[in-house]
Amino acid sequence: MIMARGLRKSFVRRARRGEASEFEAVRGIDVDVRRGEAFGFLGPNGAGKSSTMRMICCVSPVSAGELRIFGLDPATHGPQIRARIGVCPQEDTLDTELNVWENLFVYGRYFGLPRDVVKGRIEELLDFVQLSDKARAKVEDLSGGMKRRLTIARSLINRPEILILDEPTTGLDPQARHVIWDRLFRLKQQGVTLVLTTHYMDEAEQLADRLVVMDKGVIVAEGSPRELIEQYSTREVAEIRFGPGENEPTAPKVEDLADRVEVLPDRLLLYADDGERTLQDVLARGLRPETTLVRRATLEDVFLRLTGRTLVD
Amino acid sequence: MAALTPSYARALRLADYWATVYKRTWKGGVITSFVTPFFYVVAMGVLLGDYVTADPARLDGASSYLSFIAPGMVAAQAMTIAFSETTYPVMGMVKWQRIYHSMIASPLRVGEIVLAQIGFIVLRVAFSCAVFLAVLAPFGVFESVWGTLVALPVQMLLGLAFATPVFAFAAGLADESAFALVFRLGMIPLTLFSGTFFPIDNLGPVLEAVARVTPLWQGVHLTRMLVLGDVQWGWAAFHVAYLLALGAVGWFLTVRRLTRRLVT
Repeated sequence: MIMARGLRKSFVRRARRGEASEFEAVRGIDVDVRRGEAFGFLGPNGAGKSSTMRMICCVSPVSAGELRIFGLDPATHGPQIRARIGVCPQEDTLDTELNVWENLFVYGRYFGLPRDVVKGRIEELLDFVQLSDKARAKVEDLSGGMKRRLTIARSLINRPEILILDEPTTGLDPQARHVIWDRLFRLKQQGVTLVLTTHYMDEAEQLADRLVVMDKGVIVAEGSPRELIEQYSTREVAEIRFGPGENEPTAPKVEDLADRVEVLPDRLLLYADDGERTLQDVLARGLRPETTLVRRATLEDVFLRLTGRTLVD
Repeated sequence: MAALTPSYARALRLADYWATVYKRTWKGGVITSFVTPFFYVVAMGVLLGDYVTADPARLDGASSYLSFIAPGMVAAQAMTIAFSETTYPVMGMVKWQRIYHSMIASPLRVGEIVLAQIGFIVLRVAFSCAVFLAVLAPFGVFESVWGTLVALPVQMLLGLAFATPVFAFAAGLADESAFALVFRLGMIPLTLFSGTFFPIDNLGPVLEAVARVTPLWQGVHLTRMLVLGDVQWGWAAFHVAYLLALGAVGWFLTVRRLTRRLVT
């Protein structure tokens, strides 16, 4: 469905008075997204995820390399590709002056769908995103979660083969996130190919069959969430938290007890296959952490390992 | 199949968007496009004009001050609508609500979005000016019926000639702060000094030459010749060519600047 080889995106930045400098947001990535899968782009802010998305959406010219969507070149077949994809952008681009129904109606018309067809789909989609009773409400008056659901409904109006979601749940409360995950999961079951970016690890684990981790414009790892955890992390993690300022000095004292130790500002992460055992070893050394927690490794651990830093939200 | 869709057909898909927007805004538009100019005509043309006596030869052939400023007011009205539709609304669509971003996520292209929006603005100019001309007619200010009818498409042309360059300007702006200057140093002086309220030869030779170059004077002079039924064809052809050229250059720049803004 999507194929990228050596894909690059660079921007020319012009300083107010100085010379132009080039900034490379995507620095040669290879990606293959297959029909029906949910594919995730993971990475910290500035990793190049959104630039990649914009190229896939055919609204940002490819700087170098090759990109094909449905086997078509975005440079020559932009409108044809866009007719077959749905886009749920990071920031809502809803018309707040219009009501919910009108937003969907005008958008459906952009795709050249006959009015009757659009009207039918609006009913269906409002039901799908649980906004049927809000059809005549002004967009201004909707909550953040409702706006997101409306944006998702809008992106489905052309029955897209690929749905592109850029940070679909950023800024939403937990309940709203779960509603959206549930809807996206249903779409996946209906055979829609999902491509999403996120910097929420739990979101990637929930939704993505396969993902790539991007950092500084390149892909640093690729696989299913489980594969990545197996490859880049231990099975379990012991989290120990000392008082402020004591975490970093304590790290050398426990280094030999785990496969790897990650120092975060507020705690230490000890990577080991048996977390309880590691924790016992730590306590046996007479160290007294304020709190402890043993858990299974998650994508977040993979992420910390690969990008070497904590997430910046 | 999509490959065969011509651009104008894709632009027509935006008709429902603009119709929906218009349904929400026409009431406010009635005030600005009809009531305000009507007040001006009464105050300046009828009441103030009562004190103005001048030789028709000095008023471009108008028999009264009212019939002198009436065509000028219509042309200024066409310009005002073009300005108001291509400044804050464009900034809203490009930045505040990012409507253009949602449009280019669909199969629509920038050129088609511009075509539809300019089409909407020109129609809005046509509608407002038609109402305005109809309201002025009972004052007996129009000498030529056919000239007054032809004046309507001329207002559309004038609207186009202003809408596209201002649209191009607005499409590339980082924020709206420049608009206050556009209105105060652009639109208002144009309204006051382009032959709307007084013959431009009153300005003296240098400023008169400046006034003759302004697009509004082109429109005012053309409109005035038409409604007074005294058309100098050489001038008329020049005015039409000038306004068409300005509209075309503005169109080109609008598509280019909006593309740079949206497709990065």
